Amino acid sequence: MARKWRAGAAGLAVLGLTLTACGGAKVGDDSADSGGSSGKCGTFNLAVNPWVGYEADAAVVAYVAEHDLGCTVNKKDLKEEIAWQGFGTGEIDAVLENWGHDDLKKKYITDQKTAVEAGSTGNKGVIGWYVPPWLAKAHPDILDYKNLNKYADRFKTSESGGKGQLLDGDPSYVTNDAALVKNLKLNFKVVYAGSETALIQAYRKAEKNKEWVLGYFYEPQWFMSEVPLKKVALPPYKKGCDADAAKIACDYPVYDLDKIVSAKFAKSGSPAYDLVKKFHWTNDDQNTVAKYIAVEKMTPEAAAKKWVEANKDKVDAWTK
Amino acid sequence: MTVAIEKPDTAGPVEPEAPARKALKANRTTVVAGILVAWLVLFFVLRGRQTLTLATADLTDLHRWFNDVNDSVGANRNSNPLFLYFFNEIRLVIDNLVTFDQHLISQPPAGRPVPVIGWLGVVGIAGYVSWAVGNWRVALLAVAGFTFFGLQGLWQESMDTLALTVSAVFVALLFAIPLGIWAGLSDRFNRIVTPLLDFMQTMPTFVYLAPLTLVFLIGPASATIATVIYAAPPAIRITAHAIRSVPETTAEAAHSLGATRRQSLQKVLLPMSKRTVVMGVNQSIMAALAMVTIAALIDAPGLGKTVVQALQSLDVGTAFNAGLAIVVMAIVLDRVTTAASTREENARRSKNRFLKWRTPLLGAGAVVTAVLIYLSHTYVWAADFPGDGTVGSHIASAADSVTDWAQDNLSGLTNAIRDVITNVLLNPFQSLLTDSPWWLVGMVLVALAVVLGGWKAGITTAVCVGLLVGTGVWSDAMTTTASTLVATVLVMVLGIVFGVWMGRSMLVDRLVRPTLDAAQVMPPFVYLVPFLALFGATRFTAIVAAVVYAAPVAIKIIADGVRAVPETTVEAATSAGCSTRQIITKVQLPMARSALTLATNQGLIYVLSMVVVGGLVGAGALGYDVVAGFSQGELYGKGLAAGLAIVLLGVMFDRITQAAARRTGA
Repeated sequence: MARKWRAGAAGLAVLGLTLTACGGAKVGDDSADSGGSSGKCGTFNLAVNPWVGYEADAAVVAYVAEHDLGCTVNKKDLKEEIAWQGFGTGEIDAVLENWGHDDLKKKYITDQKTAVEAGSTGNKGVIGWYVPPWLAKAHPDILDYKNLNKYADRFKTSESGGKGQLLDGDPSYVTNDAALVKNLKLNFKVVYAGSETALIQAYRKAEKNKEWVLGYFYEPQWFMSEVPLKKVALPPYKKGCDADAAKIACDYPVYDLDKIVSAKFAKSGSPAYDLVKKFHWTNDDQNTVAKYIAVEKMTPEAAAKKWVEANKDKVDAWTK
Repeated sequence: MTVAIEKPDTAGPVEPEAPARKALKANRTTVVAGILVAWLVLFFVLRGRQTLTLATADLTDLHRWFNDVNDSVGANRNSNPLFLYFFNEIRLVIDNLVTFDQHLISQPPAGRPVPVIGWLGVVGIAGYVSWAVGNWRVALLAVAGFTFFGLQGLWQESMDTLALTVSAVFVALLFAIPLGIWAGLSDRFNRIVTPLLDFMQTMPTFVYLAPLTLVFLIGPASATIATVIYAAPPAIRITAHAIRSVPETTAEAAHSLGATRRQSLQKVLLPMSKRTVVMGVNQSIMAALAMVTIAALIDAPGLGKTVVQALQSLDVGTAFNAGLAIVVMAIVLDRVTTAASTREENARRSKNRFLKWRTPLLGAGAVVTAVLIYLSHTYVWAADFPGDGTVGSHIASAADSVTDWAQDNLSGLTNAIRDVITNVLLNPFQSLLTDSPWWLVGMVLVALAVVLGGWKAGITTAVCVGLLVGTGVWSDAMTTTASTLVATVLVMVLGIVFGVWMGRSMLVDRLVRPTLDAAQVMPPFVYLVPFLALFGATRFTAIVAAVVYAAPVAIKIIADGVRAVPETTVEAATSAGCSTRQIITKVQLPMARSALTLATNQGLIYVLSMVVVGGLVGAGALGYDVVAGFSQGELYGKGLAAGLAIVLLGVMFDRITQAAARRTGA
């Protein structure tokens, strides 16, 4: 009995589904709209390095390339080293926000000749030591490195072995901190948090609970709009003061963030290359888009759309 | 990051007489204590000498040589025939396989706005296949689980992950089953392949992720191969184990009946070990799912990407939602494969009266599934999952508020716990290991290995210590060892408490087990963000993360061990007037001794597999070296050396604990 009932039910279900289905729209009915824009651009392989500021750059460039130039954009989430590696193998066309990386430039631009520079993004990259805003307010003199030793005791943690703790983040970031601590004779120990996530969490908690944290951070960064960290002044940067890595005793230079493309892509005549080359905006622009993504939790596409629609003039300058 | 190492063989040498054995045991404890006291004394005398420390940015010649090899591979890749005709072909085949699977269920192929099979079809297939290979209960679970992905708003991401997992497991099994059979039949091959499998399972993935993209390019092929390297070993081990556990008499009977080698394999060995081989498939799937977030670092599509991206902006809720989808997928696939391995046996036993209707019902099911596939291929409502994933955003905001609450209310307590454990346990132990001369630590390790595990374990340990010094990261290796051992102690404390509780009560077991499963497959980074808020970027956070990952294994093993204690023994003890506490400490735990040592072994290996994750949250040492090597070209060689050091630590501890387990189990 039960079996007959089961078979009957199955049959009814199939019948029911088929009938209801007849009312639905068929796949491919609206394909006329979506299949039209292949243009002469073709595919554009864009590396997306893992920080939100970069994601903002990539979102906007990808949005413009897709909507104004009709490119098929493949965004690939990769760390810097692997993305650069992709220039040679043809898997990556462009890196949009490069922080110095003279080592990679030497390897891929000078030696292997698989990559070329494509100019500045207009963003200024600042690297340095930062403290949470409450601390800068309570002890304004902490913003000078000369006074750091006075407070070293307060920065002690379970990890810093009796000295003050200087918290460093993701290992892929450019850092001279260990040499700086030694050469400036600071009573601090560099502790490696190991990821940007860990670093941001440390600052967020420090600001909330009024804790003492000194760490490595950078701008432009979306987190600054949540907790505006204050930079500690180190001996000012002069050209050449960072020549010998072991003897560095000066601040980080201001990085002119630039774009790198594969040599092949530069010669391809693709409109996407022209877009990358002309792409230029300010730290505020990037922070706005990064904030849409990180704080307001918009998708990168939606964030890009919102910014592009509000900044038509800037975008037009890139595509002309 | 599941590490399945075979259960140590419990059938050891013949048991000595009871009093003699007791004397031997007491003797061994004194010797161990003696070694430790001698170490402490020498430590105070020789402190800070010959510690082989190496600063974070410093390299040794070995590290530079690794860098050069890596660079020359990159420079010659386009002209080398090995690449042109070998690696490139492999890449093409695997790329095509994955892309085919993706077009089927997750990504729209050319000329179609949606994949070939829509959600309704996939849910239908999942239900039908689960029912056909398992039973109707797991079929319901599969249907519910797959529908849940859609409700979470993660349909496409889940299908990408599924496509990649299925492709990787398929490729892994293609190699693993024949190799496993070979290792099961040939002792010599087994001896050669075992260290290789250890290597594949303990070498941190981060180390070979960058070279893989150099050889197989950025794309599905590299992600699949990374997953295969990790997912194949358990299947090989378990297949070999299955072939070996076929009773010798059965194999001999087949032989004496005149069966050829081939016949006895096909007709006797394989059918008899089928059930265990399916468990190998199960382990392979679980290992593949553990790689989802790591593969996302080289652009593997799917849920891993969602997790990684959400964490860039510390969006715990979104990361948790995606992590939950991975957990659900793991639980569905686990239960289905487990049901598949026991189905025939159960069916035979139950004498189900529907049995003779099975074939026609299967046929009817196939027809229904085909109709569902057709519908999902043709109609938009059955192709795109309806709704906008509101369930997912509810889950995300619930997870967010739980984390916020915990961060606001618990951080005083958690900081206290952290400071006590760090200052009382971790710091002294770490300075003992890192500040002693390297040869002293080496000698202590070898001596302990000899006393606990015997001469053979001692020799292995000596070799490992020598190679560790050779890697140039000795000091970092000792820092990591300190954290690892502290984490293992905590794992065992949790393992005994929960294991005994679960072993004694089936109800508790049933309630706790799903949580344990979830803790094992939830990508660590999802819970690491709240942990970072609770404990800061410290070694202790890394220890907690390792404990969360490793404790479930230890708990499960101990629970099974306690349950295996004969009921009559426990009853006898009860009637003799023992209290519950006495029964646990005098009867159940001593009798589950071999389970305890196995749990220690597995706990330790699982903790070691979290070293790299620890490096991302403040553990420093080897984990940080590996991560740094992955992110900076100049540090590549050092990262590789640190990876090798982790493998060496794993092999060393594994051999010592296994040898010790054989002794206590005897």
